[in-house]
Amino acid sequence: MSEPSTPTALLSVRGLRKSFGSNVVLNDVSLEIEPGQCVALIGASGSGKSTLLRCINLLEQVDDGVIELAGRDIADPRVDADQVRSRMGIVFQAYNLFPHLSVLDNVTLAPRRVHKVARAEAEKRSMTMLERVGLADKAKARPDDLSGGQQQRVAIARAMVNSPELLLLDEVTSALDPELVGEVLDLLRDLRAEGMTMILSTHEMGFARNVADSVCFLDAGRILEAGPPAEVLGDPQQERTRQFLSRLAS
Amino acid sequence: MPLGPAPSASPPDPSDEPWSPSQTELERRAFRQSRTKRSAVISAVSTIVVGGLVIWLVTRSAGWPRVQTTFFSWDKAVESFPAVLKGLWLNIRIMLICGVAIVVLGLTLAIMRTLRGPIFFPLRLFATVYVDLFRGLPLLLLLLLLGLGVPALRLPGVTISLAFWGGVAIVLSYSAYVAEVFRAGIESVHPSQRAASRALGLSHGQTLRHVVLPQAVRRVMPPLMNDFVSLQKDSGLIAVLGVTDAIQAARIETASDFNYTPYVVAGVLFICLTIPTARLTDHIAKKQGWHGAGGTL
Repeated sequence: MSEPSTPTALLSVRGLRKSFGSNVVLNDVSLEIEPGQCVALIGASGSGKSTLLRCINLLEQVDDGVIELAGRDIADPRVDADQVRSRMGIVFQAYNLFPHLSVLDNVTLAPRRVHKVARAEAEKRSMTMLERVGLADKAKARPDDLSGGQQQRVAIARAMVNSPELLLLDEVTSALDPELVGEVLDLLRDLRAEGMTMILSTHEMGFARNVADSVCFLDAGRILEAGPPAEVLGDPQQERTRQFLSRLAS
Repeated sequence: MPLGPAPSASPPDPSDEPWSPSQTELERRAFRQSRTKRSAVISAVSTIVVGGLVIWLVTRSAGWPRVQTTFFSWDKAVESFPAVLKGLWLNIRIMLICGVAIVVLGLTLAIMRTLRGPIFFPLRLFATVYVDLFRGLPLLLLLLLLGLGVPALRLPGVTISLAFWGGVAIVLSYSAYVAEVFRAGIESVHPSQRAASRALGLSHGQTLRHVVLPQAVRRVMPPLMNDFVSLQKDSGLIAVLGVTDAIQAARIETASDFNYTPYVVAGVLFICLTIPTARLTDHIAKKQGWHGAGGTL
């Protein structure tokens, strides 16, 4: 785990370990992502995909390992976690929008309170972002009045409004109806085309195949197989990966 | 390019290699530990400084020697302790009996207020008026009205025990508050829970009993315990009726020589009574955490 990272990598995770009690959720996980790349994490529920994303966002304290963001180890306790998090965006499976705030206020909260942007400017930026996700007309609505797909698009706008260097997406389509999945995936595809760096955990193999630059298959807290989607999804080397993919296909 | 671990022939078993923390991690732990130590030292020093400052300010004030003999006389404290403690036993009995009555009555009122349907209108109206009335009346006024008024009626077969009527006043006032706490808890249970229960064929009553109330009660446990702590102290208000509880006993003790130390003794005893409840409340709230709050992580 001590080999140096590729100097150009935006994020470099090496030897990451995380356990909850005696349950080892992540075991010696390493991955790297270059600016503008998209990495898809696949694997069964409980394989550690969400925990990996939460560790990268410093929502969990790791047991061991290095998480380098632009060359700096952010797992170090001396690092200001809030400052690091303000450089990343994260979107959760259950949207986690604030129900007591309007759509617009959900998006302007961080620019105004964390980045101290004036209200008018923050609203202007947020409206641009909401237009971007196609929900400018819902700015005054409450999250509860929106459909799941719309809520998730608001959550993406909220994560994107501060122009993060890295976007983390945790099974963002899992809670959505099949017809609503498309609108969210289309949005992610656009973001990817614009050069957004992202790591996403997903069960959408078609999306991983078409959009991701590389795919990591997690099993029981380890990355069993990683590489371009054509290799991992098309010609998996590990028996476990083949099993997982064939079960999805059936 | 993501780098996985070197591909191995068989999936590695996480348990086959014992894990030991890396140098980096050991160094992080040492740093965290030094931070913890530093916080402990800072909190200890600041506590000593603030505490010392307060003691110094109080003891150097002009009236301190006089206050010390009138409020903090050790001999007087020892002398009055048995009487005050005996009075406190009455407070404890009132508190326990009233506590049970308040929970039963409060829960009944809360359920009455949440009943739907036109047949239950009288019950709803009664519960609403009851809560409005007894939550609005100052407890002290209620105590005086019931404690002095009802015995004065000299109704045949009705007790004239002041402690009894004092207890009734406390129950009336507190049950109105507790009913509202329970109601808030009942209404905080998401409608989807009711729907799921009714869909299984449970009746409205069964839904309330087996699905809604267990969640509601757990959720309002901290505010209920808060009310219980409050009740422990307010049981002392019955002293206004002349019942010999801890406060009244203290007052009697002070009457002979205008030494107010017995009040301090009573105060300390009340604090000793409420602290275990307060810690229990903390414990419950901590154990509960966000569980049952209806969110997913």
